[in-house]
Amino acid sequence: MNNKKRMVIIGATSAIAEHCARLWLQKQPADLTLLGRDAQRIERVATDLKVRSPQSEIRIVQAEFLDPEAINATVENIVQSGDVDVVLIAHGSLPEQADCQDDLKACREVLDINGVSPVLYAEAFAKQMAKTNYGTIALVGSVAGDRGRKSNYVYGAAKGLVTRYAQGLQHRFAGTGVKVVLIKPGPTDTPMTAHLKAKGAKLASVESVANQIVEGIEAGKPVIYVPGKWWLIMMIIRHLPAFVFNRIGI
Amino acid sequence: MKPVTSWGRLSADPHHVVVLNDPSKVKSLVCHGAHPGVAHGMGRSYGDVCLNSEGVLWVTTGLDHFIDLNDSTGRLVCEAGVLLRDIQRLVIPRGWILPVTPGTQLVTVGGAIANDVHGKNHHVLGSFGDHIQNLTLIRTDGEVIQCGPNKRADWFAATVGGVGLTGVITQAEIQLRRVSGPWLDTETVPYTNLDEFFQLADDSEAAWEHTVSWIDCITRGGGRGFFMRGNPTNVGDRTAPQSRKLIMPIVPPVSLVNWLSLRLFNMAYYHLKKWQTGRAITHYEPFFYPLDNLLEWNRIYGSKGFFQYQSVVPLEVGQDAVQAMLKEIARSGDGSFLAVLKTFGNRRSVGMLSFPQPGVTLALDFPNHGERTHKLFERLDAIVRDAKGRIYLAKDARMPTELFEAGYPRLAEFMKYRDPGISSGLSRRLMGS
Repeated sequence: MNNKKRMVIIGATSAIAEHCARLWLQKQPADLTLLGRDAQRIERVATDLKVRSPQSEIRIVQAEFLDPEAINATVENIVQSGDVDVVLIAHGSLPEQADCQDDLKACREVLDINGVSPVLYAEAFAKQMAKTNYGTIALVGSVAGDRGRKSNYVYGAAKGLVTRYAQGLQHRFAGTGVKVVLIKPGPTDTPMTAHLKAKGAKLASVESVANQIVEGIEAGKPVIYVPGKWWLIMMIIRHLPAFVFNRIGI
Repeated sequence: MKPVTSWGRLSADPHHVVVLNDPSKVKSLVCHGAHPGVAHGMGRSYGDVCLNSEGVLWVTTGLDHFIDLNDSTGRLVCEAGVLLRDIQRLVIPRGWILPVTPGTQLVTVGGAIANDVHGKNHHVLGSFGDHIQNLTLIRTDGEVIQCGPNKRADWFAATVGGVGLTGVITQAEIQLRRVSGPWLDTETVPYTNLDEFFQLADDSEAAWEHTVSWIDCITRGGGRGFFMRGNPTNVGDRTAPQSRKLIMPIVPPVSLVNWLSLRLFNMAYYHLKKWQTGRAITHYEPFFYPLDNLLEWNRIYGSKGFFQYQSVVPLEVGQDAVQAMLKEIARSGDGSFLAVLKTFGNRRSVGMLSFPQPGVTLALDFPNHGERTHKLFERLDAIVRDAKGRIYLAKDARMPTELFEAGYPRLAEFMKYRDPGISSGLSRRLMGS
């Protein structure tokens, strides 16, 4: 047996998650399980991490994101080989809002991949962690989940689902050995936001976002806004009265 | 469309930015586009070599994955968007180091190859391209070319120093060099004139791996300075210096580098640095990359940006040419704080358009004062032309075509390897397309 920390990343090809993994392995070798849909892309991430940290144990799991039974089996399988210290649930996709309005199928997919799927994964890990009374579940939500806005409310609704879910999970595990961390990144410079960057949007660097997430998870903070300024921005947005809010094009 | 600037901040023209994140998708993104593009990494080149106004930029910083590191041979394979900083931080604790690095580590591997960058140890280890064993080039017609010093060597020679015009570099294999730790045994020696500089350079080449000098090009007509030299050393474990990062928070409306500040700065720097002469044990980061902790330092030159003028002239005429350039600069009243003088080793570069050639290289920064600055450059050009020297493409934003053609005799040979789907500000300015 080894005494390395055991980390699991769901959606390991997400740039934010990948940079968290780089930071974790930079601190110390770990036992890391990378889960994703696209085998070739996870392989690329795993190869890179292996070069960065040859002493780490890196496993790859190719898995389904939506089927509850498959999720259950996958998570059971992961947990079977030892307790998990941290699971980071990071998968998702950022759609064009217009596509969600035009096409209900696209709308459904966005809700599933950004909302339902993370919740199912978290719930599967919660079941296991409740038994051992140990572990941290970190969920990547979004500032978009704090208030519905016309520019991305379907994505925002899915992330809002994750927010409410995380609140409930925190309530359930309050006072136990299981910690639940909800991460709310603002717009970050990743492949997911490449189309925003091309239009000239100002985005936070993924390294600094990952750094704050890793520190926040270590400190066991219940909610992490990254960069921190988004806490203030979203507090204002949440409290704007409708007659003001409805006049602004955000 | 998004405004993009290079390090000199001379323009902020709109570009179609296409982000390359996945090596398996690069081909489909760069092939058969309606408009020509050019690869763009960290944008640390000073002029228009990494720009393509109103055209496409393929941003490569997402290609940032390591692929293999052989701890016993020191062969590193990585994607082209990996930063030299990340390589150094990964490999130095494991007993290896990049053999050649430029004055900033915040550049990509692809950019370092395309500009065939050099460092303080050129006389010992040549330029960056000398240590590339293999690279992958994707052409805009879909062809994928693997080349290296022993494989399709003609493509390799065109691509190293080829300023991105032969295809998009996506992957490289680098031969690292053994090192015992992150420390250097360094010495700073003051000199009072160019005679002393050349004597110091001559005396140092055999025994010192790294040599470089800061030259004061203002005081008393210019010519005094500090000669810095260093060798890797094994001093066991020590605490690395805390790198405190400072950022230049704003772009001032006018350059903070001006007639008065330059005089004060040069005087202060010279006299402060005098206290630091002699031997020291120095960490590699401040020795190799003195400005990397001063983030966005290029902003001090104000909203009009700045030029860098870096030339190399043969050693036989080197002293006269450098003296003549310093004289012109002193006469112009403009001047450069970041003036660097260094001798190159007696070796031929790998690339057809590589900059380093035997001789002495002088690098200078000038705030952009429009016509006045261009007039000064014309006088400096004349000196470089007479000395049969050349100007560094990675720094250039304005050299005349005839000086480019005279300085780069392998240009005609290079043109056969150009990718017709690639065009940059520099290629249109100097090669017509």
